[in-house]
Amino acid sequence: MKIYADNAATTKLSANALRAMMPYLEEQYGNPSSLNSEGQRAKEAIEGAREKIASLIGAYPREITFTSGGSEADNQAILSAARAGEKAGKKHIVSTAIEHHAVLHTLKKLEKEGFSVTLLDPHENGIVRVPELEAALTPDTCLVTVMTANNEIGTVQPIREIGEICRAKKIPFHTDAVQAVGHLPIDVGADRVDMLSASAHKFHGPKGTGFLYARRGIPLTNLIEGGAQERGRRAGTENVAGIVGMAAALEESAARMPEVAPRLAELRDRLIRGLSEIPHSVLNGDPVKRLPGNVNFCFEGIEGESLLLLLDDRGISASSGSACTSGSLDPSHVLLAIGRVHDVAHGSLRLTLGEDTTTAEVDAIVTAVKEVVAHLRGFSPVWRDLAEGKSKFIL
Amino acid sequence: MALYSEKVMDHFRNPRNVGVIEDADGVGQVGNAKCGDIMKMYLKIENDVVTDVKFETFGCGSAIASSSMATELIKGKPVSEVMRLTNKAVAEALDGLPDYKMHCSVLAEEAIKAALDDYYAKTGRTPEQDATGDPAKADGDEEQKGGEE
Repeated sequence: MKIYADNAATTKLSANALRAMMPYLEEQYGNPSSLNSEGQRAKEAIEGAREKIASLIGAYPREITFTSGGSEADNQAILSAARAGEKAGKKHIVSTAIEHHAVLHTLKKLEKEGFSVTLLDPHENGIVRVPELEAALTPDTCLVTVMTANNEIGTVQPIREIGEICRAKKIPFHTDAVQAVGHLPIDVGADRVDMLSASAHKFHGPKGTGFLYARRGIPLTNLIEGGAQERGRRAGTENVAGIVGMAAALEESAARMPEVAPRLAELRDRLIRGLSEIPHSVLNGDPVKRLPGNVNFCFEGIEGESLLLLLDDRGISASSGSACTSGSLDPSHVLLAIGRVHDVAHGSLRLTLGEDTTTAEVDAIVTAVKEVVAHLRGFSPVWRDLAEGKSKFIL
Repeated sequence: MALYSEKVMDHFRNPRNVGVIEDADGVGQVGNAKCGDIMKMYLKIENDVVTDVKFETFGCGSAIASSSMATELIKGKPVSEVMRLTNKAVAEALDGLPDYKMHCSVLAEEAIKAALDDYYAKTGRTPEQDATGDPAKADGDEEQKGGEE
C-alpha cells in the first residue's frame, strides 16, 4: 500500500496537464520569440495560457509574468517593491514570522541593505491579527507581504481585510499564494492584491514553472537580464510546455474545487479527530481557518525524522518540521513562531492530503501514526521521564 | 530511502539492546531535547567486562541506529576496550553516516563514556586501573558474542 500525504511539498502531475504539454515537448518545439511559424505557434500557446490563468484569478493577461516557480515570483515581487520604495525614500516592509524562506530570506537580504522589516506575530493559531498589521504600518512602509496560506500548518490569512487596508493607504500588497492557488478561490480584484506568487507543481502542474501577478501600474524589476521576453520583465526563452501545463492544471483544479475542497476538508477533519486521540499531542494551526488538505501535529517525547522514516516504511509519505529534516539545528521557524518550544517542535508531523486521498487511507494513516508514535515513545528517555513524572508534560 | 545505508536502516528499524537495566553499574545520558537528540546508556559491568548494555534514544533515524550499533560494539567487551570506542568506529560499522549526521555517532560515543564515568564514580575505580586490558581476552569475547548471534 502506498499513501501519498505530502501534497504541500508537491502534487502529482495531472493527466490533462501532461497531455496539454506533450505537443510542446515533441513536434511544437518552436521558440516563442521566433518569427517563423513554429515560433508563432509557441507564442500563441503561451499567450493562450496567460489569458486562461489571468481569467482564473480575476486578472488581465498582461498582469501575469511567467517565472521558474514560486520562489522566483516571491523574490521578484519583494525586490520590485523595495526598489520602488527606495526611489520614494521608503524603506520599511511589513510581513509575518511564518512566511516561506523565499520571502524571509529576501527580506533578510534587504535588511542588510538598510531596509527595516516588521514581522507580525502569528499567535498560537497561526493567523496574524489585522489590527496589529494596521498598527505596524508607517509612512515609510513600501510593502506588505503576507502569505495567503501557510505551507506547514495550512493556516489561511485574512487576505481581503489586509488588502483593503493596504489599498486605502496606497501601500503595495504582495501575497505568496503558492499553497492557495488551485485550492482556494483566488480573486485578486476583490482581495485588493497588488502582487501574487504561484507555483504550478502545487496544483498538479509541472515543476519549474510559476507566475507572478502584478497589478497594472505596479513596476517590476528584472531578476534576470537578457532578451525582451515577458514584456521585458523576465528574460530567457519561455518554458512553453511548462506554461501550457500550468494553465491546464489550474483550469482543472479551479473547475474541481467546489467538489474537491469540501471532501478534502472532511477527510482532514477525520484525520485530525483520529490523531487527536494520541495522548500528549497537539494540532498546529487554526482548526478551521486552514487549507482543506492540511494536518500538522506535534507529538511529545519523540523526534520527527524517525517518525517519518517509519511511516515511509509503511508506505506513508509525510513530512516534518524537525531539525533533522530541515538540515539545520533548529526545528521549523513556523512552529517556533506559533509558540511551540524546541522539545515539542522536533516531534512534528505534516500530512497533506490530495484529491486522490480516500477515507480508508486516512484511517490507515491514523492507525500507523498511533503505532509508530507508541513504538518510538517506548524507548525514548524523554518520554520515560515524562511518564514517570520526572519532567512535566508540555502538551 | 537513499538517505541512509542499509545497515543504518536495519539498526533503526530493529534496534538492538533497547531498554533499561534497573540495577545498572553505570548510566550515562547526553544531548538535550532542545537540539533534538538524547541518548541514555545503561551498562552492567562484571569483572571489568561489559556484560550487558541497554539504550534509550530520543532522536532521528541515525541517532537511533548509532546507539544501537554502539551497544553491539561494546557488549561483552572489556572496559579497557570500551573506553577506547570512537564515534568513527560506530559510523564505520554502520557503513557510514551523512556528514551532517556524524554528530549522532559522537553522541553515542559520549553516552558510553558518560556511563563509564558514572561507573567509575560509583565504584571508586579509576580509568587507569582499567586502561591495560588484555587484548587476547577481548578477542575471545568477540568470538563468543559472534557465536551467540
